[in-house]
Amino acid sequence: MVRQTVSARRVVTSEAAMAIELREVNKWFGSFHALRDINLSVSPGERIVICGPSGSGKSTMIRCINHLEEHQTGEIIVNGRALTEDFRKIDEIRRDVGMVFQHFNLFPHLTVLDNCTLALIWVRRMPRKAAEEVARRYLDRVRIAEKAHSFPGQLSGGQQQRAAIARALCMNPKIMLFDEPTSSLDPEIVKEVLDTMVSLAGEGRTMLCVTHEMGFAREVADRVVFMDRGEIVEANTPHEFFGNPRSGRARQFLAQVLK
Amino acid sequence: MSGHSLHSPLANSSLLPPTAPPWRIRRSPAAWMRKNLFSTPFSGVLTICFTALAAWLLYQLLSFAVFDAVWTGGQEECRANPDGACWPFIVEKFDYLRYGAYPVAERWRVDLTLIIGAVLIVWLLWKRAPQRNVAALLFFIAYPVVAFVLLRGVASLNLPVIDTVLWGGLLITLLMSVVGIVFSLPIGVLLALGRRSELPLVRAVCVIFIEVVRGVPFITVLFMANFMMPLFVPDYLTPDRLLRPLIAIALFSSAYMAEVVRAGLQAIPKGQYEAAKALGLSYFTIMRLIILPQALTIVIPGIVSTFIGLFKDTTLVAIVGIADFLRAVETARVDPNWAGPTISSTGYLFAGLVYWIFCFGMSRYSQAMEREFARGHKS
Ligand SMILES: Nc1ncnc2c1ncn2[C@@H]1O[C@H](COP(=O)(O)OP(=O)(O)O)[C@@H](O)[C@H]1O
Ligand SMILES: [Mg+2]
Repeated sequence: MVRQTVSARRVVTSEAAMAIELREVNKWFGSFHALRDINLSVSPGERIVICGPSGSGKSTMIRCINHLEEHQTGEIIVNGRALTEDFRKIDEIRRDVGMVFQHFNLFPHLTVLDNCTLALIWVRRMPRKAAEEVARRYLDRVRIAEKAHSFPGQLSGGQQQRAAIARALCMNPKIMLFDEPTSSLDPEIVKEVLDTMVSLAGEGRTMLCVTHEMGFAREVADRVVFMDRGEIVEANTPHEFFGNPRSGRARQFLAQVLK
Repeated sequence: MSGHSLHSPLANSSLLPPTAPPWRIRRSPAAWMRKNLFSTPFSGVLTICFTALAAWLLYQLLSFAVFDAVWTGGQEECRANPDGACWPFIVEKFDYLRYGAYPVAERWRVDLTLIIGAVLIVWLLWKRAPQRNVAALLFFIAYPVVAFVLLRGVASLNLPVIDTVLWGGLLITLLMSVVGIVFSLPIGVLLALGRRSELPLVRAVCVIFIEVVRGVPFITVLFMANFMMPLFVPDYLTPDRLLRPLIAIALFSSAYMAEVVRAGLQAIPKGQYEAAKALGLSYFTIMRLIILPQALTIVIPGIVSTFIGLFKDTTLVAIVGIADFLRAVETARVDPNWAGPTISSTGYLFAGLVYWIFCFGMSRYSQAMEREFARGHKS
């Protein structure tokens, strides 16, 4: 039993070295203002947990980072590349950014192994043999190597989510985005996915994780970002955030989720 | 939520020994009948009535087609028998029904084309056949050239050119359907993708094409292809008289196919696109490897229905003067030498049977394919 402890706090030094940089980002869905003047800098290797009430724009914010949603004003810079309309730029950024979804979104017509090798073969242009080797390594890493030839429909929710994590890891992304990865899992299965994520957190990858698992946030996060109504209300170390929330909204939210 | 361990016992499900499934309870045939056929007095009466009706219809059909039919002999025997089918008529006309007016000495070329085609189709559709991609290449690239050379002929290869006016019968029906099927699916897929495109011009063109073609009867499309195309296109560019309805049938079916495929595309959850995009896959890779395989699997019944519709719609080309299978039956039927009382009924019965065999074959293949896919990925 290895207990993953995360202590190193990375100190923000120069702006150019930022992994992700959001500046004055605004987004509207029609007339609905979903993101308001978002400013957030994430340094390489930093682990950020994003929380906040439902509908506060958490998903929208992290989906803007790999352009699954389009922001309207402001700047988003990922690994030094500004996110523009340019297709090639978007593809380059997506190669560096892995994403894990609430509903797994595995490809149901492909085996777990094929789910994992797909991007290696068609984006990285890797030969199938080599791609399968990489995929097996990561499936082993999330401990479902024996399910490589199963279809997603034959796995439990927790296994599916771990397969989805392996699929994202195969591309060896510098940044991983998690959008409520445990929210659609049964309580007793949440743990196996969180374990996987905790062990990932020790590997120096930049992580942005939307989650309501406050234990996970305490243990792993360098910073907790609290959002409400499209704004970042508070961003602080877990110690500060949980021990001494500054805003009333955060206090109210914490009272609810920690109940 | 503290003290995460790396080895969760929940992840280890292989500890329980497997147990045999319980003994399946077999129901006796009598019990089955009581439950399904005679559960209430009303359903009992219905069962008896419909069984009687079905038996009577089957008896009528069999006595016409088998018991009272003329099996041997010729025109005299058929003229003398008003009760049953006249099979010697079909036997004599069999070649005509298959080839139309294609010259007798050259009919081996049609046979050869059909045999090659049949072998390739079986190779292509048979799930466990080896090297099916080779079959696909041969069928879609090499076969059209071979078929053209064989059927139409190339003088320099010592194959006399046979004018398409002489082609007829089942040859035409199969040619029309195979070309229609082979072209309507890919064109339909492109139209469906275009209709969902984010580019307004592409979308508009596809919507207009689909809605115009679907809003017009097939006969009108045929007439337009046949009589109007020569007015707009210069003489030397006007396609052959057989090619015009071929184009018409392919385009007509592809409009219907597009809507079938679009239904499948709409059934794919947004998360599939998002996951694929997040991996950095390009639009065409996403469509080819993620979206279309799932979408097309969902709509196999609709696709095959469109194919079956297309197969039967080929009978309409007779209207623009092309002697398809049904037209050949029609011509054979009025032969004054065979003026027996049941010649027409025999001809139509035979035509119905031939069309049914092909359509039923397609339907069965599609059902087998659905089962195959269902086994594939839904646990
Ligand atoms: N595609 C969309 N169209 C319109 N409104 C949307 C769309 N996606 C999200 N929204 C709205 O934006 C707000 C923020 O959504 P989201 O980022 O999903 O919230 P969270 O993830 O914090 O629960 C919500 O009020 C939601 O209704
Ligand atoms: Mg969300």
